[in-house]
Amino acid sequence: MHAMVHLERPAGSPANASNMATKVFARGVNVYYGEKHALKDVNLDVPERAVTALIGPSGCGKSTFLRCINRMNDTIPIARITGKIEIDSQDIYDPTLDVVQLRARVGMVFQKPNPFPKSIYENVAYGPRIHGFAKSKQDLDEIVMTSLKKASLFEEVKDRLQDSGTSLSGGQQQRLCIARAIAVSPEVILMDEPCSALDPIATAKIEELIDELRANFTIIIVTHSMQQAARVSQRTAFFHLGVLVEEGATETMFTTPRDRRTQDYITGRFG
Amino acid sequence: MTDIAMPTVRTADVASDQARARVRVRYRAETRFRLYGLCAIALTAVFLVVVITDIVIKGLPAFTQHRLVLPVKLDPAEIDPQNTRNPTVIRQGDFQAPVRDALRAIFPEVTDRAGRRMLDGLLSSGAVDRLRERVVADPQLVGQTISAPVLLSERADLYYKDIGTAISRRASRGTATPSATSGDITIFSTANDFAPDLITLKQSLSVKARAVRRDADSLRQVVRGLEVRRVEMTVTPPGATTPNTVLLATQIKQLEEEIASLSARVKELDDQAASMQGRFDTTDRPETLDSSGPSLLVAINGGVVKVTELSNGRVAGTVLLPLETMADAAAGRWEVVTYATPEANRKASDREVAWLERLREKGLVESAFNWAFFVTGDSREPELAGIRGALVGSAITLFVTLIICLPLGVAAAIYLEEFAPKNRLTEIVEVNINNLAAVPSIVFGLLGLAIFLNFMGLPRSAPLVGGLVLALLVLPTIIIASRAALKAVPPSIKEAALGVGASHQQAIFHHVLPLAMPGIMTGTIIGMAHALGETAPLLLIGMVAFIVEIPGGLTDAATVLPVQIYLWSDLPEISFQAKTAAAIMVLLVFLFVMNGAAIILRKRFERRW
Amino acid sequence: MSFIYFIGLLLLVAVGFYFGRARAAGVERSTHLHSRPSYHGAFVVLSVLLPMLAVFVIGVPIADRIVEAQTVAALDPEVAADSLRRGGALREVYDVASGRSKAASPQIQRAADVYASVRGYAQMLILGTGLVLGLLGIAFGLRSLSARFRARNHVERVVKIVLLACASVAVLTTIGIVFSVLFETMRFFERVSPLEFLFGTQWSPQTAMRADQGGSSGAFGIMPLVAGTLLITTIAMLIAGPIGLFAAIYMAEYASPRFRNVAKPILEILAGIPTVVLGFFAALTLAPWIRHLGELAGLNVASESALAAGLVMGMMIIPFVSSLSDDVINAVPQSLRDGSYAMGATKSETIKKVILPAAFSGIVSAFMLAISRAVGETMIVVMAAGLAGNLTFNPLEAVTTFTVQIKTILVGDQEFDSAKTLAAFALGFVLFFFTLTLNVIALQIVKRYREQYD
Repeated sequence: MHAMVHLERPAGSPANASNMATKVFARGVNVYYGEKHALKDVNLDVPERAVTALIGPSGCGKSTFLRCINRMNDTIPIARITGKIEIDSQDIYDPTLDVVQLRARVGMVFQKPNPFPKSIYENVAYGPRIHGFAKSKQDLDEIVMTSLKKASLFEEVKDRLQDSGTSLSGGQQQRLCIARAIAVSPEVILMDEPCSALDPIATAKIEELIDELRANFTIIIVTHSMQQAARVSQRTAFFHLGVLVEEGATETMFTTPRDRRTQDYITGRFG
Repeated sequence: MTDIAMPTVRTADVASDQARARVRVRYRAETRFRLYGLCAIALTAVFLVVVITDIVIKGLPAFTQHRLVLPVKLDPAEIDPQNTRNPTVIRQGDFQAPVRDALRAIFPEVTDRAGRRMLDGLLSSGAVDRLRERVVADPQLVGQTISAPVLLSERADLYYKDIGTAISRRASRGTATPSATSGDITIFSTANDFAPDLITLKQSLSVKARAVRRDADSLRQVVRGLEVRRVEMTVTPPGATTPNTVLLATQIKQLEEEIASLSARVKELDDQAASMQGRFDTTDRPETLDSSGPSLLVAINGGVVKVTELSNGRVAGTVLLPLETMADAAAGRWEVVTYATPEANRKASDREVAWLERLREKGLVESAFNWAFFVTGDSREPELAGIRGALVGSAITLFVTLIICLPLGVAAAIYLEEFAPKNRLTEIVEVNINNLAAVPSIVFGLLGLAIFLNFMGLPRSAPLVGGLVLALLVLPTIIIASRAALKAVPPSIKEAALGVGASHQQAIFHHVLPLAMPGIMTGTIIGMAHALGETAPLLLIGMVAFIVEIPGGLTDAATVLPVQIYLWSDLPEISFQAKTAAAIMVLLVFLFVMNGAAIILRKRFERRW
Repeated sequence: MSFIYFIGLLLLVAVGFYFGRARAAGVERSTHLHSRPSYHGAFVVLSVLLPMLAVFVIGVPIADRIVEAQTVAALDPEVAADSLRRGGALREVYDVASGRSKAASPQIQRAADVYASVRGYAQMLILGTGLVLGLLGIAFGLRSLSARFRARNHVERVVKIVLLACASVAVLTTIGIVFSVLFETMRFFERVSPLEFLFGTQWSPQTAMRADQGGSSGAFGIMPLVAGTLLITTIAMLIAGPIGLFAAIYMAEYASPRFRNVAKPILEILAGIPTVVLGFFAALTLAPWIRHLGELAGLNVASESALAAGLVMGMMIIPFVSSLSDDVINAVPQSLRDGSYAMGATKSETIKKVILPAAFSGIVSAFMLAISRAVGETMIVVMAAGLAGNLTFNPLEAVTTFTVQIKTILVGDQEFDSAKTLAAFALGFVLFFFTLTLNVIALQIVKRYREQYD
């Protein structure tokens, strides 16, 4: 089903063919950086508890779109956003909505691992602490432990939770960042090229982790690597020059793309 | 079409002698240029070394102090007549008298009033302060004779620091016979023991005579020139009118008067030169000594004689320290002493020098580290003045500066770096801060005077106002340093915090600010060092008063270390010059420590992202 | 009173925070809170703090005004009418009221009684209002508290306003400077014409001390000061310009890292030496040397010659010139250097023909900032230059500068409102605007220079 088709949200009906509930719902999203029109009229449904990959050549707007979903674009003074994005039918650009609470629901993992220069424990505990999730020290310990376990990092760091987060290797740091994101129990996790700074082995671990996390979280991942998109995602959206060109089940996209540009991209003619 | 001229191929000429010469010239220019740069840096280094060496040389003497250790008899009649042993009574007691008595006991021959006053003058006016404190602390000492160190006066102290005069001693060759033990006496020597001094004296006369003659000659030249003019003027120019002649006549009269007075002076100088030359020529004639030349003394039979008349084998003079006997002194048992600096040019007279030397011989003089310099306030007496008041004043002032400008500067930096909308107003604020950092410091003094003193009515000379002015002065520095430190924290840290749902302010205060703190502290220390060395604005808000009391609060009248340096540098006493340099050394030590701390902090916490 | 007021304030703040947080924590046990309990506590604190501070800041000056008006009204009318006598009488009243002295006359005693009672009422009123508002603040804060109440957002808004206020202090400082010199300068120009001030060749403010003295109007022509300042600045720049620039070139282009590690601290130490120290050196060491040298060469050198002050000031600004120039030279892109080397140019040729022309505007701005620094420098000239306003360009004579005159006029007892005192502010005005103009232009040039290579 072509994305352009549903201009109106089909009430109560499944968002797409794979019978999954829509978690993130975007309609007519435009982003301007000053004069530059970075994202043009994007419509996209992101299904719940699945991995959606955003692919496309550099500067195509996929990261911009990702940052719209937790309103990280707010931190860029010249950015202007129009259109509508809903999470669970709630408009996230509603002026009465507290952006801080939104970000607690929509976690983010960045391109380069960016642990706080604090201990591993403190890195994970920070989120729960500011949101008041833990009633006691035991609670907090529990949250930190389960988050690290879910991020498949616990076994490697259990003896040195007080070491600095920056002392870990690149792959471990990125998993720490994922654990940090999980710790506030978000509903959606945004990943902005989470493996681009990592070696192949670390990448494989992260991909494995993403596949496991799918059971509990809605994941949107921006990636440069089509192989990665094919490996980890169930749905794929292809962006080009700020336009969402094509969106659909990953398998379909990579075997029988409908759009010429998609075909050119996945066969390596540009990008 | 066959004879197309080949285009001339131009290749760089690198092989010919000319080319090689050219390259040599270029390399020489290169070396020269490089040398200029090195010279520039070397010059700067030399200047720095000269300044610091100069100050250390000038300042080191101020860190030691000479004291007399006298056996002082603490007579209850003078100190505690009612025998109360009450500290408050003892504090009122007369300690001056026993100390002076102790000194007089060493020189019993000094009985005349002038001599006694001179002897008392060897002691500082604050000589007994320490002794008084000691007795107040331990009243049982009253009635005992204790060995007490007492402070010497500035001139005595300077003498012992060898700033007074150079002293040379020469052993004798003949046997000397003094004519008496005190008063004006003569001493005969069997050998021509005084001949070298006579020759030196006569030679100096000859040198002086030559100089006087030169002066006379140059004056004669002037007189001759004036006479030529007079002759020119007396020959009346043709066609001159009457009023002109009248004017001319007065001018000529003036000129003649001038010539007359100058000629008289020339004659005077000529006579002087002739008489000196005459003295030089008659080698065996005795010479009299005066205070304009080096002083000559004879140390004989335990006494000292100041020579007033000198010939080869005989001297006449005044006894400064009495001789023990009139017996003959064998060769080598007595000596001729010279004080190189003429008495007129030094502070301590010959008599005082003789006393001071005697005291030193008796081992009563001790040199000690001048702790008082650090624990007393300012004083008009150089030997009593200290920097405690200025140090405390600086500390209070800097405290005010720090508690105002650190929070203010950091908050302003956070706002500008993180929250300020990027618009024209923000831009103006930024330009304004950069410019404020370059405004002359004295202008901040004007601000303080007009706003804090005259408008708000805060007290003059107060550390509170000084601290406020300095806070405004270093605020731009701290804002700029803090902004740089905040900017150096990578945005990914902030994004990470935002990503887990921290608010903007939580991200700043929990993550960015702590990481920027070392940089902010470095900037703050450098700013505080700047404030510590600042003088000009504080002069305008009245922190230049002469203040003896150690300040105790924010609104007490106070001064600060650099202002104290400025005040002392204006005083004529040579000891204050040493104190100034010493105070500068203390200031520089503080500054080096602060800057060193900043450098260590920067090195230690430097983080490569 | 202020003491009791602030004790009360602290108490209410502590109570407010405790209850606010405790109550929020209680709510949190049953339902999810929008903001953490400590933010709720902070919100209550703010709702106590802000009204109480406002009452104090607004109330105290008003109360003072009223108390003074009432006290003056109690004085004899003829005393109250004469501003000088009124001031004296008020001082006496305050002394009597505080028990420092006894009343000298019945009217003082009467006024002191009025003062004491009115002041008492005013203080009680302020204290009462403040405490009541504080308590209301607590009540308001606690009532606002609910699970959905966005305490954090409110607190953060206040924090942001406080940060903004801090940032505006720097601007207020500038405004303060401008106003403090501007007003006095205007008053000065009421007495002395600006033309005479700017172009007069006589500077002798001292004669204006007493009206009955000869030449009582004084002479306020700043030309001698301009000449003196210019002379010393020129000497300083002749020293600091070449030396600073060459030092910067050497440090940026030739020096090995090890040499840099030694040479940089030397420059930094020199930059950190307080000017009062350099002034001491100039006045007590260098000036006598120069005088001595002059005598040897048969020249007559003033003991406070412009040369000594200028030389030391030059040394003072060397680090300034060199560090600014160093930055500017380092900002020239490596590609320009590479291009020149690739053509076979030597290092010095590259520097002379490529780097310096490229960095020219930046170096000019560095020199301008250095000149502004030299013009505004005070202590070196105060200690080593003279006081007499000689209109001369002979470096061996004594000259005076703007800063020296400001310091001389304003240190010690000043009679306010005299043309002499006001003249110091007029000098400050000229000094401030001259250096400001230089700085603004220089900083603009630097900014444009940096943008060029960014």
